[in-house]
Amino acid sequence: MSNRKSAGGFFMRDTNWHPAALTPQYKTSVVRAPRRALLSMPQTMSEVTGPVFGHNIIGDLDNDLTLNYSQDGNSAIGPRIIVYGRVIDENGHGIPGALVEVWQANAGGRYRHAKEGYVAPLDPNFGGCGRFITDEDGGYEFRTIQPGPYPWPNRANDWRPAHIHFSVFGDGFAQRLITQMYFEGDPMIWQCPIVDTIPTPEGIETLIATLDMAATIPMDARAYRFDIVLRGRRATLFENRMEGA
Amino acid sequence: MVPLNRLKESASQTAGPYVHIGCVPNFCGIEGVFPHDLGDTMVNDQTKGQRIGVTGTIFDGTGAPLKDAMVEIWQADAAGLYNSPAETRGTADQNFSGWGRKASDYATGEWCFDTIKPGAVPFPDGRMQAPHITFWIVARGINLGLQTRMYFPDEDNTADPFLTRIEHQARVPTLIAEATNDATYRFNICLQGNGETIFFDI
Repeated sequence: MSNRKSAGGFFMRDTNWHPAALTPQYKTSVVRAPRRALLSMPQTMSEVTGPVFGHNIIGDLDNDLTLNYSQDGNSAIGPRIIVYGRVIDENGHGIPGALVEVWQANAGGRYRHAKEGYVAPLDPNFGGCGRFITDEDGGYEFRTIQPGPYPWPNRANDWRPAHIHFSVFGDGFAQRLITQMYFEGDPMIWQCPIVDTIPTPEGIETLIATLDMAATIPMDARAYRFDIVLRGRRATLFENRMEGA
Repeated sequence: MVPLNRLKESASQTAGPYVHIGCVPNFCGIEGVFPHDLGDTMVNDQTKGQRIGVTGTIFDGTGAPLKDAMVEIWQADAAGLYNSPAETRGTADQNFSGWGRKASDYATGEWCFDTIKPGAVPFPDGRMQAPHITFWIVARGINLGLQTRMYFPDEDNTADPFLTRIEHQARVPTLIAEATNDATYRFNICLQGNGETIFFDI
């Protein structure tokens, strides 16, 4: 079958690997975490299908946060970086055509948002959003500035490590994922209550991008590699029909 | 032992309070980067099926509305087909995306989709499921996106193979919207409490 790679349902999500819903160190979760167990159900067409986005929605500067909000040819302020990697599944297969949306604070740690109250200034040339669609191997890259750390209302003096938010679509709605990327060597990672919601150091490590000097653009931007893994799909000769087909 | 070499899914992290910047930038005032917010329009004047509105509010454990949530829905077209390459049973209505995305209103917490009533979709064993809409909810304080389903109060849900599998039938009404008029449904979602909405691990 030509569709053997993606014929089956998705692997069970490992809820011991993801953060639990109720994580009191992250205070907001206390009143927003469902208290009852999630109900496990068979996957149907409603979960194994999902929206797909065409490359035609992507503008020329969508993957360049240093320029996509800037005015008069100015560039955003901050350490210039390339973030690149692949969107793959748990089988290691690249996921082509995956829409990825990213957002982040500016180099001072300030978001362009009405509910943001940090004293650090806005950068008039930085909006903080970008998006792209993975290539045929699941590869992607975008250019941005390294965001700053910032304090947030949780305990009296909690700070977020520098991070970039990622929203990722796969082939099926059950693969939908939002996560955050952190930067190699940042000591703030290990003090953050939101990072700490992830139960294991191994799980946290998967969200830390690696500095890759070989991928830098000399005299322009350093590079960080960040691979994103979505749920894998079963593929056996005994399961070559889509559920519900 | 042969190593399996499987990878682990990237660990989820909360969407946080600033999810709008990346997912609905025009909604939060970042204009001129993307021409419009993805998922803001699901239908056009050619879309087949009965036009409906689906609106609701998400409540936390204290009864307060979430004013910083983002809701995505995914549904079949009027004929029960999904507008997805993974749809193998036919070709869906090309004038219906099937996918919508809305942010909660900053002041009230309410969100609203203009869509159509979906057709029925089969369960893996071939029985038909009652028409439903799949929901995915993220927000500050939610560590892993929550998945649930909305069913319709004016459809026959009694034999739905999904709903009838649920052990605690007293909770099933949390998945059924309320008709506020002929073409509008309200689907409130409770994260905690006696009326806690059923969320799924699928």
